[in-house]
Formats: sequence, C-alpha cells, structure tokens
Amino acid sequence: MTDTLVLLDHAADGTLRTPVRELVTLARSLGGSVQGVWALGAPDGTGAPDGPSDATLAELGALGLSRVHRVRADADLHLSAALAEVLAALLDSTGAGLLLATSTFENKEVAARLAVATGAGVVTDADALAVEDGRLVAGKTVFAGTWTTRCAVTAPLAVVTVKANSVVVQTADDGGTPDVVDHDVAVSAAARRVTLVERTERPASGRPDLGSAHVVVAGGRGTEGDFSLVEELADVLGGAVGATRVATDEGWIGHDAQIGQTGVTISPRLYIGAGISGAVHHRGGMQASGTIVAINSDPDAPIFEIADFGIVGDLTTVLPQASAELRRLKG
Amino acid sequence: MCVKHVPDIQSDRALGADGRVVRDGGDGTLNELDENALEAALVLAEEAGGEVVALTVGPDDAVDAVRKGLAMGADDAVHVVDDAIAGSDAIGTARVLAAAVRHLSQERPVDLVVTGMAGLDGLTSLLPTALAALLDVPALPLAAEVTVADGTVRVRRELDQATEVLEATLPAVVSVTDQTNEPRYPNFKGIMAARKKPVTTLTLADLGLAATDVGAAGARTQVVEAAPRPTREDRVLINDTGDAGIRLAAYLVDNQLA
Ligand SMILES: Cc1cc2nc3c(=O)[nH]c(=O)nc-3n(C[C@H](O)[C@H](O)[C@H](O)COP(=O)(O)OP(=O)(O)OC[C@H]3O[C@@H](n4cnc5c(N)ncnc54)[C@H](O)[C@@H]3O)c2cc1C
Repeated sequence: MTDTLVLLDHAADGTLRTPVRELVTLARSLGGSVQGVWALGAPDGTGAPDGPSDATLAELGALGLSRVHRVRADADLHLSAALAEVLAALLDSTGAGLLLATSTFENKEVAARLAVATGAGVVTDADALAVEDGRLVAGKTVFAGTWTTRCAVTAPLAVVTVKANSVVVQTADDGGTPDVVDHDVAVSAAARRVTLVERTERPASGRPDLGSAHVVVAGGRGTEGDFSLVEELADVLGGAVGATRVATDEGWIGHDAQIGQTGVTISPRLYIGAGISGAVHHRGGMQASGTIVAINSDPDAPIFEIADFGIVGDLTTVLPQASAELRRLKG
Repeated sequence: MCVKHVPDIQSDRALGADGRVVRDGGDGTLNELDENALEAALVLAEEAGGEVVALTVGPDDAVDAVRKGLAMGADDAVHVVDDAIAGSDAIGTARVLAAAVRHLSQERPVDLVVTGMAGLDGLTSLLPTALAALLDVPALPLAAEVTVADGTVRVRRELDQATEVLEATLPAVVSVTDQTNEPRYPNFKGIMAARKKPVTTLTLADLGLAATDVGAAGARTQVVEAAPRPTREDRVLINDTGDAGIRLAAYLVDNQLA
C-alpha cells in the first residue's frame, strides 16, 4: 500500500492534461490514498484561473482523488527548481511514498531535482506500476521500444513519470468531491536563479495532444510537403497528427509534431505512418505503440519490420481511399 | 563540457541478467547528441574566448568519445574510469560528473557545462538537471538555441506544449538538442592533433568519491527483469492492387481501432 501524490498538469486556461486521469487511476490501484497537487503559474496572475474548476474537481473526485493541494508560490511554478521544492515539502508533510507525474520533459527535470534533494528513486517513462513485496516495481520499455524491463525502486521514496496511454481510465466505486487545501509558499533564492523570460503555450489545435492521443497519423518525406491527406485521416479517426524530423525540418509542419528520439515519444493504441522509412531515431519514439500501420511505396522500407499492417503502395491513393471508406463505414 | 559514452544506437543492444547495458566493446561511439553539445561548447568558446574540456564517464573504450571531442577541437580531454561506476543510474552518473567538474574547477573556473539532451542508452533525460542540482548551479535544459553574453546564458527551448525562454547567471548547466546546430566533422588536421593530445584519466579516488556513492551500490532503482520484446505476431503485409485503403479501413474497424 502506498499513499500517492499526483501532479495535476494543466494548461494555462485550467484544462487538465488528459493523461493525468490515467495517473489517478493508476495511483488508486496501489491501495493507498490519492492526493493531487495543482501548481499555479506566475505569481502576478496573468488572468489564468486560480485553481481547478468545479467540473475538474468533480471529475478528479470520481476517479478517486481525495484532496487537492493548490499551491501558489512567490516564483513561477513552471520553473522546475521551484516546483521541485514545493513537491518535496508536500511529499514530506503528507507522508506520501510516491509522486506520479506525466512523462513530459519538464516533469523529468522535476524528478531529477527531487532525486537529488530527497534521495528518491526515479523511474521515467514507466508504462505500469505495482507494489510487490512492499516495493514499487515499474514497467518500462528501453532501447527504442525493443526491450521491456521491470524496475524496482529501492529507496523509501519514489518518483515515477508515466507514459500516456499506459492505463485505461476507470472511475472509483467510492468517488467523492476532493477538498481543496491552499498553500502559499516562499521558495528559496536558489530555486529562483533561472528566470522564465517568456513562456508561450501552443494554442489548442482542435486535435488531441500528440503525446497522449489514442490515435496518431504521421507523415514523412513521402508526403512531399502535403500533409492534408494525413490530416484528413487523423480527423476521421479523431487522432493527432505527427511527423518525422525530415518533415519538421522542411517546415511542412511544426516542430512540435516531431515523433522520435529527439521529439515526442508516443505510445498510442494506433499509429499510422505514411511515407516514413522507419529510421531508428523515429522508431525510438513510436515503437511502443499498440498497433502499427505503415504505408510506403518501398517494400524494403525498415518500418515494415515493425508494422502489424503494412501496405506497399502510394500514400496519395491509399490515404484518401481509407478516409472515404472509414467515413462510409461509420455512416 | 560533458560527453557521455554510449553504445551506438544502430547496433543491437542488450541488457544482461543484472540489468546493465551489455557493451561488447568496439561498437561504442560518441553519442550523436553529444556531438551537438561539443559543437555548442566550441562555438561559445570561440565567441567568448575560452577553453573546451571534453569530459566523459565510462568504461575503458569510452575514451573514444573524448578523443572524438579532441578531434573536433576540444582543448583537453578527461576520462573518468573506475570499475565501481558500472551499473550507475542517471543520478550516480551525475554524481561522478559533478565531482569531476568540481575537480576541474580547482585548476580553472568552469563557467558552463554543456551536455547532450539524453543519453541514447537509457533515454533518460535526468542527467543535466541532476548535475546542475548537485553542482548547485542553474539548469537550462533542452536548448534549441543558446547564447552567452556578459556572464548571462540565455536559452530558447521547445517543450511538448510550450516554448520557453530561460535566462541565468553563469556558472550554469545547459543541455542542447539536435536542433541547436550541425556538428562539424573533424578534419584531418584535427584528427592528427588529437592523437598527440593527452587524455587525463581520473578514478573515483581522485575525485574523492566512495564506490558506494555510485554504481549499482549507489543506485536507488534496480532492474529486476529484462527481456527483448516479443516480435509482433500476425503481421500482415499487402501490396496495393487498388483497394488497399478499403482493406485498411476494414482492418481498423475489425480490430476496434476505428
Ligand atoms: C541525432 C539524430 C536525431 C534524430 N531524431 C529524429 C527524431 O526524433 N525523429 C525523426 O523522425 N527523425 C529523427 N532523425 C532523423 C532520422 O534519422 C531520419 O532521417 C528521418 O526519420 C527520416 O524521415 P522520413 O522517414 O520522413 O524520410 P525518409 O527516410 O527519406 O523516408 C521517406 C519514405 O517515404 C517513402 N515514400 C516516398 N514517396 C512515397 C509515396 N508517394 N507513398 C508512400 N511512401 C512514399 C519512401 O519509400 C521512404 O521510405 C534524427 C537523426 C539524428 C542524426
């Protein structure tokens, strides 16, 4: 049994990041209490909401979260050093043995700081978590998704970042509305040594976030710069649009769409890659996907080695035909 | 300037029964992303005037990484090697690097530590931030762009959901991405010059670290099981004969994916 603190990642407008729901579900399965941390941004208040909405609270409560710690600090909590200090104090005061956070770059920075400050054992990009013989054991794939490992935390405190789409979200039988506890925190001068000169959140695209989408349709050099067919299929499937580095470097689509070792790591239920060769750097970011579909005109393209369903063909005919047929089947 | 040695991503890699990366020697190369770090360090040193030290922690053949650094133009190379380091987690590795940076700053001040964005072997991105925390200096990770002026380092970075600009006073730790620059190729002159430059070798004892601080003994996580992922079963490969899109749609619907 482990009491857990869940970092409640949210957009500037207060929208909860989708995978946080998975974290709460996962935390509940460990048998202990589940509390959340809602960290507020800039102290000067830039018109952003000052906490979770009633609807968000109700949703978190239904998932089994019993308490929300709403924290405002005298520093922007988007700074990892400041947030790590706040979380270290909350782990201490709540006695929680585990902090769960989504696997974002920022949260991994926070995890690194907590490891140094508290001696916590850290597992990043976990896809499963259980208590075995009194220790937390996390599942994780490594080497570009080609190996699975199970990793035990041997320290008394654990910090685990979890990949999106690792857990099926389930509401609790005994859900309620969480209470909200306010904290006003002064962080140390050391935690304020980095100045956040500017932070611009990307506007919502109307599509799901690439990092947490259940379905991702990705395009590469084979699109020759025209992403409309990729986008069309993504929209029919309610998915996100991704790309290779070639496509983002060419400026065909934003850098935030890059999947791979130096881009976003994804593990959706369904990945469809069109005009993508399957370079190791790209595979590293998508090989853990549930079902992999590849469309490529070259029968020897390496992506076919890992595809569940491969089509040797021209994406400019296959993609629109698939979109039209799906629309027809779905009525 | 830190270079971490990892086996080449292209070669087959495996985990041993003890959960450690099996390095069968010979296939070790400079982590591609560390070349971006070296390039950034060299450019900043050229602009501001200064020296670049290539530093790596790892087994004997990790020395190739700092040699490559010398060939690219680094002034000095330091290799921390000790049997006790094997099995270190990211924090353990950061401890060794932090001790090495402290050791180097006794001779000359270290203003900036530049690392790559993530070691390819564990893909953990904890190292730069942990290193900064241990050195008690600011961390500015994942720089797509980095500039240094008047003792201040400024970084632009692209995160999953946002773009940020960070600033801090030196000394600091920066990690760079593959967007930051195009690493230079070492030229013949550089390669020849690198052969003549000595590589300083340091042990844990030189750094005042105990074997229990690092390696498997100092790790707070332990791999209890590791196995290659089963290859995907029931794979289908079809040639488009005019109806592949329709067959794809049917496949997705049959498998409840659409
Ligand atoms: C340090 C480093 C980091 C990197 N990080 C990343 C990363 O994070 N993500 C990433 O994606 N890459 C990354 N790369 C780049 C990577 O190595 C590959 O170059 C890149 O993934 C290839 O992109 P691509 O598949 O779009 O292009 P290509 O490899 O050129 O493949 C294009 C494919 O499209 C097919 N094609 C062409 N026309 C059609 C058509 N009409 N219909 C169907 N198929 C067609 C071709 O047969 C070919 O297989 C990195 C490289 C380095 C060195």
